[in-house]
Amino acid sequence: MTARIGVVTFPGSLDDRDTQRAIRLAGAEPVALWHKDKNLHQVDAVVLPGGFSYGDYLRAGAISRFSPVMETVIEQAKAGLPVLGICNGFQVLTEAHLLPGGMLGNDHLHFICRDQKLRVENADTAWTADYSAGQEIHIPLKNMDGRYVADRYTLDELEAEGRVAFRYLDFNPNGSLNDIAGITNEAGNVVGLMPHPEHAVEPLIGSGRTDGLPFFTSILKKLVTA
Amino acid sequence: MARVVVDVMLKPEILDPQGQAVQRALPRLGFDGISDVRQGKRFELEVDGPVDEAALARIHDLAESFLANTVIEDFTVKVEEVAEAAK
Repeated sequence: MTARIGVVTFPGSLDDRDTQRAIRLAGAEPVALWHKDKNLHQVDAVVLPGGFSYGDYLRAGAISRFSPVMETVIEQAKAGLPVLGICNGFQVLTEAHLLPGGMLGNDHLHFICRDQKLRVENADTAWTADYSAGQEIHIPLKNMDGRYVADRYTLDELEAEGRVAFRYLDFNPNGSLNDIAGITNEAGNVVGLMPHPEHAVEPLIGSGRTDGLPFFTSILKKLVTA
Repeated sequence: MARVVVDVMLKPEILDPQGQAVQRALPRLGFDGISDVRQGKRFELEVDGPVDEAALARIHDLAESFLANTVIEDFTVKVEEVAEAAK
């Protein structure tokens, strides 16, 4: 038996299918979840994919955060359900206050799309265990609102507790404080990042690297051995 | 009928590149002497019925939980009388 990993589709989600594909390639079973459905259909973990849910109206992730499916995701994430937020999914997680801080427009005010070098800072979370701490990886990045901000106290806390999961290397693409590309909650079950690991799982496409695959093998191993 | 206005601004310590872009355009337009611009959002809520303390409290909750993200933004709530005589 393999693990069932849900992928939520909001109106305006773009990368839900790619995420399902990445989950399948890792050997788990993807389960499509619908934003209007509170029922998570007994999945073992949830991915909130990239895109522009609700057109990013008000703030990126602000309206999705109040969707019926998120009611259950928020409740279960607090009880330990593994949740990964990619790009827009990361924005939803900060709006839902499952992760601290907030996301704002890139400091240069342009959309950005590039192959981004990252350093894995925390390889102890549910979604990063197949990496090693300090490992350098390349993951595609594409966003408008990728600037991670938090107050000084929150930043100090994240740094002190090792909760910066990924950091931009060589180039800060959006003005994120402390070069933060992704963070984890205290328990390590909720992780959010701006770059798109689901776009780096097959050698034939993109940069030709499969540096994103360990996200999905990490969670699979955790769920299957649990 | 009354209108309640919710103004939302980025917290002062947070960089506002849109405001900066506006500010940098000002000298070209012949506007001197403006040293800083910050851009925010204004929500106008048309309220049915009286805007009493209870209604204002509900709007305050709405602003705090939805219209603003208080991790990165501050907000103010104020009542604006709508002139109906014009109709």
